[in-house]
Amino acid sequence: MNNILNVSPSPHQQSSETTRKLMFGVVIALLPALAAAVYYFGTGAIIVTLTSVLACVATEFLIQKYVLKTKTSISDGSAVVTGLLLAFNVPSNLPLFIIVIGAVISIGVAKMTFGGLGNNPFNPALVGRVFLLISFPVQMTSWPVPSGFKTGYTDAVTGATPLGIISEGVKNGESITALMDKVPSHMQLFYGYMGGSMGEIAAAALILGGIFMIWKKIITWHIPVAVLASAALFTGILWMADPTKYADPLFHLLTGGMMLGAIFMATDYVTSPMTPKGMIIYGTGIGVITVLIRTWGAYPEGVSFAILIMNALVPLLNMYIKPRRFGKEVRNG
Amino acid sequence: MFKTFPKGGIHPPENKITADKSVIVLPLPSTVTVPLNQHIGAPATPVVEKGSAVKTGQLIAQAKGFVSANIHSPVSGKVSKIEPVADSTGYKQMSIIIDAEGDEWVETTDRSATLVKEITMTREQIVERCRDCGLVGLGGATFPTHIKMTVPSGKKCDMLIINGVECEPYLTSDHRLMIEKGPEVLTGVTIIMKALGVTQAVIGIEANKPDAISTLAGLSKEFAGISVVALKVKYPQGGEKQLIKACTGREVPSGGLPLDVGVVVQNVGTAFAVYEAVQKNKPLIERVVTVTGKSVSRPGNFLVRIGTPVTTLIEAAGGIPDDTGKVVNGGPMMGKALALTDVPVTKGTSGIILFPEPESRREEMMPCIRCGKCSSACAMGLEPWLLSVLSERAMFEKAETEKITDCMECGACAYTCPAKRPLLDYIRLGKTTVIKMVRERITK
Repeated sequence: MNNILNVSPSPHQQSSETTRKLMFGVVIALLPALAAAVYYFGTGAIIVTLTSVLACVATEFLIQKYVLKTKTSISDGSAVVTGLLLAFNVPSNLPLFIIVIGAVISIGVAKMTFGGLGNNPFNPALVGRVFLLISFPVQMTSWPVPSGFKTGYTDAVTGATPLGIISEGVKNGESITALMDKVPSHMQLFYGYMGGSMGEIAAAALILGGIFMIWKKIITWHIPVAVLASAALFTGILWMADPTKYADPLFHLLTGGMMLGAIFMATDYVTSPMTPKGMIIYGTGIGVITVLIRTWGAYPEGVSFAILIMNALVPLLNMYIKPRRFGKEVRNG
Repeated sequence: MFKTFPKGGIHPPENKITADKSVIVLPLPSTVTVPLNQHIGAPATPVVEKGSAVKTGQLIAQAKGFVSANIHSPVSGKVSKIEPVADSTGYKQMSIIIDAEGDEWVETTDRSATLVKEITMTREQIVERCRDCGLVGLGGATFPTHIKMTVPSGKKCDMLIINGVECEPYLTSDHRLMIEKGPEVLTGVTIIMKALGVTQAVIGIEANKPDAISTLAGLSKEFAGISVVALKVKYPQGGEKQLIKACTGREVPSGGLPLDVGVVVQNVGTAFAVYEAVQKNKPLIERVVTVTGKSVSRPGNFLVRIGTPVTTLIEAAGGIPDDTGKVVNGGPMMGKALALTDVPVTKGTSGIILFPEPESRREEMMPCIRCGKCSSACAMGLEPWLLSVLSERAMFEKAETEKITDCMECGACAYTCPAKRPLLDYIRLGKTTVIKMVRERITK
């Protein structure tokens, strides 16, 4: 024998799954939605995505190298995911400097100040997005209408989102039935033919990514289903109570950040509960708060706020919602 | 659909390389080193001296106290030394070293291969014989068998479960035993049933051993009260509590024993040893050990005498491959890594696995991303991430209320962790501390 034996406590084998592979899986799951964004918004989508990813990775690298003076961890892929998600949550014509500010807030403030990957209480991409929404309300709500590569990065024609049209119309006393003629059909919404943040529009592509992540066991069904089902139920009740005042549940599921939020933002490991029961409570909270904001709030859309609010409750959910301990209640008679 | 336990569990690569390798009898070693503590409980007391001549099967160390086990000479020859020798744990402990000179057995043992099915002994005689023959649980825990055969007053037992799960990857010693020694195993099961006074026994076998399932299911028709249940392949199904849940739906309460739900669990290897002890008066001096690994040239299942150096055993499998980085005594999930291969095979040695260097190292640890996969994998419904952090920060009172003592150290959490965190290392630290804490509280 030529070598010294390694000795360590059991177990002596580990699964092939790694943080990097999980993050890479999320990136793959985001590709259909990215393709849809490029299809609908052209050059702008590519520029925004590249800027956001590069800015996020660079922020993490620079902070670790020059501020914290620790080993850099950009290769774990989490900054890439944050970068993609931040890009997905902004309009495709957003000026570059604003994207960079968003990336610095996402990674620098929401993630690194709390200790980096695994320690941040709030979803970094959403903190960045909400910061930008409050700081640059004009740029963040000028939504290009889908026109593919026909228009360039900044000269895109802008318009309101379907949720914006409905929200504004209801405030002016118009009936939903009339307003529905002003927004794309449900089928168009499903494929993503609408104004909005570049990555949130194509429900079909996002669902595809979600199915991929559940198949690859990157996420479980609990959070997306809880978010979508609770939102559908809540809006369904409102719609049945007064269909002239409230939009139908399917409209709500297919518009705004609902799909992106339910499938990709709310399922962020670090900022979501760790037990299935906790996940369902958390998801339901997001669905309900989103509908409350959409229906009675000042903003036409509320998924970001809903997720951030529920993020704050995650430590509590983890503390009080426990898995059933084996042999806890004896039921054997 | 196969039965299984409801919560948690993982499915590591099975790697049952030696599943179709018949058991080979290993030639007698020239010396054996027999540790006095091969079981849970007090070490046995030697009854021979340096220079004593011993026969194969002769008592050489007597059980000391209630929880302890007799030890017999695995060879015939002369006791050359009684001194502390490093065993598989790496610690030195008192051992009897015997220079083998042939294989002359004690006269009382029936060495013929004839199957003896008829059970003539009474319950008390069976228990006494198992104690005399130094039987311990061969699944790995090495708890003295005779204690588990006696139902304490006030407890009721209505079922025996035989553990033929062998859920650890790589290991195949129980699998081969079930195929090759089916009638003996089933007779052993019947003997244990008689000792416990139960009329039904269930043999749980995972579905990745269809040959063992069909062999034993076929043979069991001739044995009253024994049935075979096929279980879904899932680790840690061989854990006592998980096996009982899978086979019967009964749930052993937290901190309780199988007897609290009227069940006793024994391993198939133990059932075979019970057969040999009761029907053939043969002490526990040999066992089947799987020697395996991806680079091992002749992996196999070997019938070896206790006390044989692991090195000799590995030689029989083709020697240590050059790329070996780690040698594990037991399964890859719960076995112990050996610092030296020059340690003896003991009653609890179920396998020797040689891992190539790249697989022998842990991967780099990353921060916890709170994915919750460890909680999903835990068959005891615990939260390994939490227990690990609590132990790391020395918050042992909190760890106690979070049921750290329920952990059976199966390693499913550490296996599944994508961030490669040493969850079980910390949990073990916490568990040991909490057990110590609880003991001190009781004695106060």
